[in-house]
Amino acid sequence: MAKHDTIRALLKRGVSEELAEKVADSGLTLGDLKGLTASELCKKISTSEEIAAEILQLAGSKPKKAITSETSLKSKIEQLEVPRSVKDALIKRLSEREFTPTQIERILRMTIEEYERIKIDPCEAVGIVAAQSIGEPGTQMTMRTFHYAGVAEIYVTLGLPRIIEIVDARKTPSTPMMVIKLNEEYRNDKTKAHALASRIEATYPSHLGDIVTLPDEMLIRIEIDESAMEKRGLGIDDLIEKIKGQGKFNADIDLDEDGKSINIRPKEYSYRSLLQLRGRLTSTNPSSGILIAGIKDITRVVIRHEGDEYTLYTEGSALKDVIRIEGVDGARTRTNNINEIENVLGIEAARNAIINEMVNTLGEQGLNVDIRHLMLVADMMTVDGEVKQIGRHGIAGEKASILSRAAFEVTVSHLLDASLYGYVDELKGVTENVIVGQPIKLGTGDVELVAKPYGKVVD
Amino acid sequence: MIAHPKRIDSIKFGLLSPKEIRKMSVTKIITPDTYDDDGFPIEMGLMDQRLGVIDPGLRCKTCGGRPGECPGHFGHIELVAPVVHVGYARLIRKILRSVCRSCKRVLLEKKDQDHFSAQIKEHQREGQPIDEILKEVFKRAMAVNVCPHCGEEQLKIFFESPTTYEEGEHKLMPADIRARLEQIPDKDLPVIGINPKQVRPEWMILTVLPVPPVTARPSITLESGQRSEDDLTHKLVDIIRINQRFQENREAGAPQLIIEDLWELLQYHVTTYIDNEVSGIPPARHRSGRPLKTLSQRLKGKEGRFRGSLSGKRVNFSARTVISPDPNLSINEVGIPQRIAEEMTITENVTDRNFKAMVELIKRGRNYPSANYVRRLDGKRVKVTSTNFEELAEQLQVGWKIERQLRDGDIVLFNRQPSLHRMSIMAHRVRVMPGKTFRLNPAVCPPYNADFDGDEMNLHVLQNEEARAEARILMDVEENILSPRFGGPVIGGIHDHISGLYLLTRSGTRFDENDVLELLRHSRITDLIEPSFGEGDKPYWSGKDIFSMILPEGFNATFEAEICHNCEVCLKERCEHDAYVVIENGRLLRGTIDERAIGAFKGKIIDRITKEYGPDRARRFIDDATSLAIRAITRLGFSFGIDDEDIPPSAQKQIQASIIATEEQVAQLVDAYDNNELEPLPGRSVEETLELRIMQELGRVRDAAGAIAGEYLGMDNTAVAMALSGARGSMMNLTQMAGCVGQQSVRGARITRGYEGRTLPHFERGDLGAAAHGFVKSSYKKGLSPTEFFFHAIGGREGLVDTAVRTSQSGYFQRRLINALQDIEVKYDGTVRETRGMIVQFEYGEDGVDPSRGDYGKSINIDRIIELATCGDD
Repeated sequence: MAKHDTIRALLKRGVSEELAEKVADSGLTLGDLKGLTASELCKKISTSEEIAAEILQLAGSKPKKAITSETSLKSKIEQLEVPRSVKDALIKRLSEREFTPTQIERILRMTIEEYERIKIDPCEAVGIVAAQSIGEPGTQMTMRTFHYAGVAEIYVTLGLPRIIEIVDARKTPSTPMMVIKLNEEYRNDKTKAHALASRIEATYPSHLGDIVTLPDEMLIRIEIDESAMEKRGLGIDDLIEKIKGQGKFNADIDLDEDGKSINIRPKEYSYRSLLQLRGRLTSTNPSSGILIAGIKDITRVVIRHEGDEYTLYTEGSALKDVIRIEGVDGARTRTNNINEIENVLGIEAARNAIINEMVNTLGEQGLNVDIRHLMLVADMMTVDGEVKQIGRHGIAGEKASILSRAAFEVTVSHLLDASLYGYVDELKGVTENVIVGQPIKLGTGDVELVAKPYGKVVD
Repeated sequence: MIAHPKRIDSIKFGLLSPKEIRKMSVTKIITPDTYDDDGFPIEMGLMDQRLGVIDPGLRCKTCGGRPGECPGHFGHIELVAPVVHVGYARLIRKILRSVCRSCKRVLLEKKDQDHFSAQIKEHQREGQPIDEILKEVFKRAMAVNVCPHCGEEQLKIFFESPTTYEEGEHKLMPADIRARLEQIPDKDLPVIGINPKQVRPEWMILTVLPVPPVTARPSITLESGQRSEDDLTHKLVDIIRINQRFQENREAGAPQLIIEDLWELLQYHVTTYIDNEVSGIPPARHRSGRPLKTLSQRLKGKEGRFRGSLSGKRVNFSARTVISPDPNLSINEVGIPQRIAEEMTITENVTDRNFKAMVELIKRGRNYPSANYVRRLDGKRVKVTSTNFEELAEQLQVGWKIERQLRDGDIVLFNRQPSLHRMSIMAHRVRVMPGKTFRLNPAVCPPYNADFDGDEMNLHVLQNEEARAEARILMDVEENILSPRFGGPVIGGIHDHISGLYLLTRSGTRFDENDVLELLRHSRITDLIEPSFGEGDKPYWSGKDIFSMILPEGFNATFEAEICHNCEVCLKERCEHDAYVVIENGRLLRGTIDERAIGAFKGKIIDRITKEYGPDRARRFIDDATSLAIRAITRLGFSFGIDDEDIPPSAQKQIQASIIATEEQVAQLVDAYDNNELEPLPGRSVEETLELRIMQELGRVRDAAGAIAGEYLGMDNTAVAMALSGARGSMMNLTQMAGCVGQQSVRGARITRGYEGRTLPHFERGDLGAAAHGFVKSSYKKGLSPTEFFFHAIGGREGLVDTAVRTSQSGYFQRRLINALQDIEVKYDGTVRETRGMIVQFEYGEDGVDPSRGDYGKSINIDRIIELATCGDD
């Protein structure tokens, strides 16, 4: 401790760091230095006499008011017990302008005072406050599906249904969508962006030409639209290949004489099989359709020129497949499917995705909710390392207290289980204590200070 | 004395063994009848007086307590044959399938069994749920066909809901099942989650049925003098009857078939006694046909024991009535009708220090500020009446307690449902006044979400000093000006407060001394500031001067007002709309005060004062601002009527013209569509494109109509002033009143449903035009045509349905959120944890900042600090 002080004192007086350390290491303090001569000192710290003399001279001088150099200010700020964001803001602001040392002192002091003032109190029931802060504006939210901001072609669920979807931790959102950013090579090139889009968008036979049914010939003909094929970079052989590649396809497939259409003939000569065949060929449904190109789950891609780059908006989401595609900037690409994010990028990313989705949804509705509340909800949903629902099958259903669970939902079966397995309710939470009628261990109820009565006690 | 209330440390759950049931029973119940002919309870009947008493005047034969004192005591019924407890029926099935039919061991290899037992033990120690492990255990054990212990082949066990079990072809009676469960060795129980020291699985088959005390199933006497028994009693009667018949038949050696039938009947009654909503069997019904409310139904659901009686309780010392506004009250006051104040009491200890005052209070007899009851040293409570008050005043001594009536300055809690956030319950100070409604300052309406169209509110009188202290420190209105939701004010001016201050502070107002004094009459201003101008030697103050007088000393703020036009280049101080507010050193120099300055949710000035001068000063400011606003609006005059929507005929013509032009455009679009000439938008079908384009056009014309109307309605129009200053309404409302109502929609699209091919018979089939699909070209003022009116009603209905659905959805959403997060707390080390001590966050919100103290979501406003720290130096 004393050593540290000595170094600091010497530094303040302009002694170099190396030398100050040497002096301190030899067990000397500032007071000792005053009684020493240069020669004595140089022996003790094994330096030349000149340097020792210089140290003594400096040690005898008055300390400089403050360390004003950029780096020491920075380290000073770093030592403050304030959050990262405040430190960064301080460093930025204080380097923008010249301040006198006293001003800096004052600013730092006031910052600390201010932080102490605005710090959350211990025992504060932050959970309830968060729940109320998110739940209360729920009544003000709309219930409809809207167009995605700016992209008229894509519908997304917003408002209350979206928020509920998020806290329900659904496996797939009702309107999955992605915003795909492109890497440097692709983002400014319109043709490349379009090519990429057609590689992502799910393509079915009906996108590539007219599908004509000729019942009298027992034939289905795909009259190929060449421009559509070209746009997607597909050749007619690819198409035949893909259709053939579909197993369980009891039909003969061959190219028409004109070379511009494909004839498909069911092997079984019946009207029913013809209709079935047509059904499969015309389907654009991810489960039954024949995927020719693109990613199954992405049903539509819209290209927009935003700022100075091309961005793809998609209906449907397939993060894992999309970020692997050449040309996609995986770091900036987003999806609104939190489950996918959890699987592909991990729980921390899922936590951030929950926060982002909620911030965006609430912000879109013009509602102002502090991000700290949303963080708490997201953290609570993800503490266990997997995204858990807020509700019966998640957090509320896994709570330690039987009474609390019984008071939430499915009362009777919780009680029956509890008795069979001999569970014990420790009465630590809110509901349990309300039920048994005693003070709640939260907020003012959690303070274990007891005032000792003094003087005459009148009952 | 400081009370140390005893705390229940924990509650342990368990199954009752037959032995325990008999041990705790005070009597065996054998007769199905309740009362004899004289109306006395029959011994060993369901109303046996040893089970407790409910009739006044009687004493419990077990504990000697009177009704209310005696908690009641359990009895028991010896069941002739064992029956299955329905709640465990499915679990019994699982256990039967996982246990060897011969050696009764769990069908798992020793290795697996040890592995699972260890896992269960570990989870239980950590307080983690074991459901998943048990699922796996049963899954594995049920798949085994040959017992690994004795080599016996297992037969398939069929189960039919609710309580029938068959093994192969053979029916398993409850007695067989019980015998099998009894033989499961203790060492095999932990692997199925059961602790043999506490519970034996055969207890899931009932042989003895506990009979709840009469206090849990009180009978009520009807007006006719007839007794009406509780549903549970009815059910117990059924059980005893069948039990008796069963026994008689068995003793008489009845055929097996009859015995089985009776057994099944007994099972049915016991099943419905426990749960009357089991699928697979008809619910037991009352004579009237109403299903009986038995044990499970008592606990379940919103009105059940848990949610209805235990989580929410009825309280004393509360009042409820209609609310009405009183702008002369401070925001932390509440006006209480004298009649309510007379009824509600606060218990006060008589001490040396207040003795005199207390005597005086009693001496007032039945005249308002008085006391209703006194409690003497022996604990006896005496009512203060007009005949005994003098006597009581005489007797009064230190140590008595008196229940005095509510009076001015007492702290009460005030609440409006739905209590969606903590500001829905706040502490107010009492102001007793004539009238029959609760009065409150309209500035506190926003946090309660109250209005005065018949809303009622609740009031609770605090009964002890701790509660009052807590209420004063944490729940006072001024402590809740800033919302923890977003760190801004939720209390502030609304409606006329904003209009009033807008009128007062816009440029060009001047007031002489008399006016100024009148306007500021309600505030505690003692000195007027320097007048802005004078005429001769008569001084005049501007509205801005007057507003400045209620600002705190040295207050600084600069911001854009609500009326800001968002010009491309902000002229700042030289704003031509006077929308750039500059307050320096407590003086409003420029700008107009409106919603952005003093409004609830947006009020910048309120926000700054609360954060810099503290809640008390903020309260005073809101009080002063609102009363100044009301006085100003009264003084300056403000009205709005139908003629305020008048626009000149030329404007009307203009609007008409643009509507007609748009209608033509729509017709053109439709034509283009009919002729297949419409070019679809990318990714859209032609039909969708047409709809989108039509909607666009019609939306545009509504805005155009609004713009034309707006040209003639300037800031001197009160409706415009209200809309732009943020007091009430919007320009859209005005557009609809003066210009054109616009397109009505259902689910965001034009109205299409109705008759075949058309919305109404007034139109041609297939008409795609504007009018046929819900475009309302009239204005509200002009009036709607019949078809327009109908479409408007359709659109309006959608809004109503939406609101109704939303409230129920968001209610459940909030209940789930609260339930999931309610136990989370910040600990002294700054971490955020739940009840088990598991850390949820290491630092609250990543920076440990309280959202209601921070600066609108940010932690510290460094610029403000730098400004404050350096202002003296330059």
